[in-house]
Amino acid sequence: MNEKLLLEDGTELEQVFCRPDTLTDVPYHYCPGCGHSVVHNVLMEVVDELDIQDKTIGVAPVGCSVFAYHYMNIDMQEAAHGRASAVATGIKRVLPDKLVFSYQGDGDLAAIGTAETIHTVNRGENILIVFINNGIYGMTGGQMAPTTLPGMVTSTSPYGRDVHMSGYPLKITDLVAQLPGAYFVTRQSVHNPNAVRKLKKAVTKAFEYQMQNKGTCFIEVVSNCPSGWKMTPVETIKYLEEVMFPYYPLGDLKVPKE
Amino acid sequence: MEKELRAEEPRLMKGNEALAEAAIRADIDAYFGYPITPQSEIIEYLMREVPNRKDKKTVVLQAESEVASINMVYGAAGAGARVMTSSSSPGISLMQEGLSYIASAQLPCLVVNVVRGGPGLGTIQPSQGDYFQATKGGGHGDYHLIVLAPASVQEMADFVFDAFRLAEKYRNPAMILADGALGQMMEKVVLPPDGGLPKTPKPWATTGKTKDREHNVITSLFIQPEEMEKVNLHLQKKYEEMQSEVRWEEFQTDDAEILLVAFGLSARICQKVVDLGREKGIKIGLLRPITLYPFPYKRIAELADKVEFILDVEMNAGQMVEDVRLAVEGKVPVYFKGRMGGMISTPEEILQEVEAIHEKQNVLHD
Repeated sequence: MNEKLLLEDGTELEQVFCRPDTLTDVPYHYCPGCGHSVVHNVLMEVVDELDIQDKTIGVAPVGCSVFAYHYMNIDMQEAAHGRASAVATGIKRVLPDKLVFSYQGDGDLAAIGTAETIHTVNRGENILIVFINNGIYGMTGGQMAPTTLPGMVTSTSPYGRDVHMSGYPLKITDLVAQLPGAYFVTRQSVHNPNAVRKLKKAVTKAFEYQMQNKGTCFIEVVSNCPSGWKMTPVETIKYLEEVMFPYYPLGDLKVPKE
Repeated sequence: MEKELRAEEPRLMKGNEALAEAAIRADIDAYFGYPITPQSEIIEYLMREVPNRKDKKTVVLQAESEVASINMVYGAAGAGARVMTSSSSPGISLMQEGLSYIASAQLPCLVVNVVRGGPGLGTIQPSQGDYFQATKGGGHGDYHLIVLAPASVQEMADFVFDAFRLAEKYRNPAMILADGALGQMMEKVVLPPDGGLPKTPKPWATTGKTKDREHNVITSLFIQPEEMEKVNLHLQKKYEEMQSEVRWEEFQTDDAEILLVAFGLSARICQKVVDLGREKGIKIGLLRPITLYPFPYKRIAELADKVEFILDVEMNAGQMVEDVRLAVEGKVPVYFKGRMGGMISTPEEILQEVEAIHEKQNVLHD
C-alpha cells in the first residue's frame, strides 16, 4: 500500500488499492461474479490491518470454498462436510490464544452440520463463524440447499422448492442469535461497495471480540451463485435485492450490550 | 526418576479408569468424547480428576456427538496437540468418516474402542466384533490405523503410552481395541510414570503462520489424481514401515502340537485352556497378537509348520481367523471357535472343541 507509480510524462500516481499481503497471488477458481472472492478479500484485508497473520487459523469445509487455503496465506485446516465448527472448537480449545474462524456454506452449516453449528454457538466457543448463504449447493452443481427459497428452481427442485415436500428455508442465523453463547450475530452481503465496507467492519469487530474472549461471533453473508442460479452476475444482484434480502433481511441480529 | 515412579504401589482399578489415569499421565492436551456404555468411566474419570491436577492443562470436553468428538480430535491434532477420544462400537461407527480424514491428513491421535456386542445397537456386553472395522481401515479409502489389543487392566494403562508413541512416530491415528469386560473389570495395575512421554515437535501443525515458514495446511483433499496417487503411495510406504512394530506373545509354543490364536480377553481365556489341556497331557500352545495392525503373519506361518492344527478363538463370528488363514496359507487346518452377542466361551468349552477337533484329525489320519 501507499506505493507511488511514476508515469513517463512525470505524473505521479498513488496506489489506493491492492491485493492484501495475506492473500496469495493465485487466480480464484470461483465463477465470475461469485461473492466468495470478495469475502476472501475482506477477511484477509482485516487480517492484514489487525496484523494477526501469525495468530489466525482458518477452517474451510467441503463446498466451493474448500480450497480457501489456496488463497489465504494463513495456517488452515480443511474439514469434513458440516464439521467445520467442531474442527474449529478442537483448534481453539488447545490454542486459546490464537484467533480461529470457520468459513462455511449453507449446506455445510445449516443442513449436514446443523448440530455442530448450534452446539458450538451454544457453548459460546470463542471463534468466528462466517456463513456464506447463497441458497444453493454450488460445488455439486446447483442442488437445493436448506436455505433455498420457496419456489426457487434448483437441480433437485426442478419445479421450484415445494415447501410442503421439502420444508421451509431455514433461517439458522435467527436461531443462532437466540443462544446465550452467541455474542455478536449479524447478516451482511457483498453485492455493492457499501455492503462490502459494512462486512469489513463486522469482521473487524468479530476478531476484536475474539481477542477479548467474548464468545461466538457469527456473520452470515447473503451471497449469490451465478452458475447455480443460472443468471448473469448482474441479474444475481437484482435477485438478491428483490428476493433474497426480503427473506433474509440484512443487519445485526444480536449486538453486544456495551 | 522413572524407576522411582514405577515403584508405586499397585492399585486396584477398573480398566476404563486405569486407561483414563494413564492418559492424564501421558500429558494429553485434550480429550473429546461422548458418553456410551461400557466406556463412560473414561470421560467421567477425566472430568473428575483433571481439575484436581494443578500441573495439568488438559482440555476435557463432552461433545454433542461422536461425530463432533472425532472432528474436534481432527482440529486439535492438526493444531499439534496430543489428543484422544474414546467410545464403544456404535459410537466408533459414527467416527469412521472422521478417522478416514485423520488418516489421510496424517494426524497422530488415539481412539479407544471398548467394544460391545453388535450389530446395531446390540448389547452392552463385551465383544470382539469390531476387529474388521479396526484393522482393515473402517472408513472409506485405503488406510490403516495402528491397532493395539490389551488383555489386562495393566495393558489398558500401558498401551496409552505405546499408542501415542507409535501415532506420533508415524503421524497416524492409533486405536486401542478393548472390550466391555476389560473396561469394566478391576485388576491390580501399576500405573505408568506421570510425564513419562515427552512431547514430539510437530512443525507441520497449524499454530499460526510465522514469517520464517510457509503456511501450514491440514487437508485430505487432493483433487488431481496424480497428487492423490502420490499421497496414497506415501501412506502405503508408511504402512510397510509400520510392519516392524508388530508385537505378539507366546505361551508354551515350544513343543506345542496344537496352536491357539486369540487376542485381548479371548487370549486371557485361552491361557487357561493351555493349562487345562496340558494337565490332560494335550500339548497346546497359544499365540496372542498384541498389535492387530500390524499383524504377526510371519510368526503364525512359522508356527504353522510345527503344529497339527490351529484353533482361532474370538468373541465374534470369526474375523481375525481370516488373517490367520492368510498367514497359514493352507499348510495346516485352521478352525474357529467363537461366541457372539456378548457371550463368552468358557475355557472348558474351548478345550472340548480342541479335543473334538483333535479326535477328528486323528480319525482322518488313521
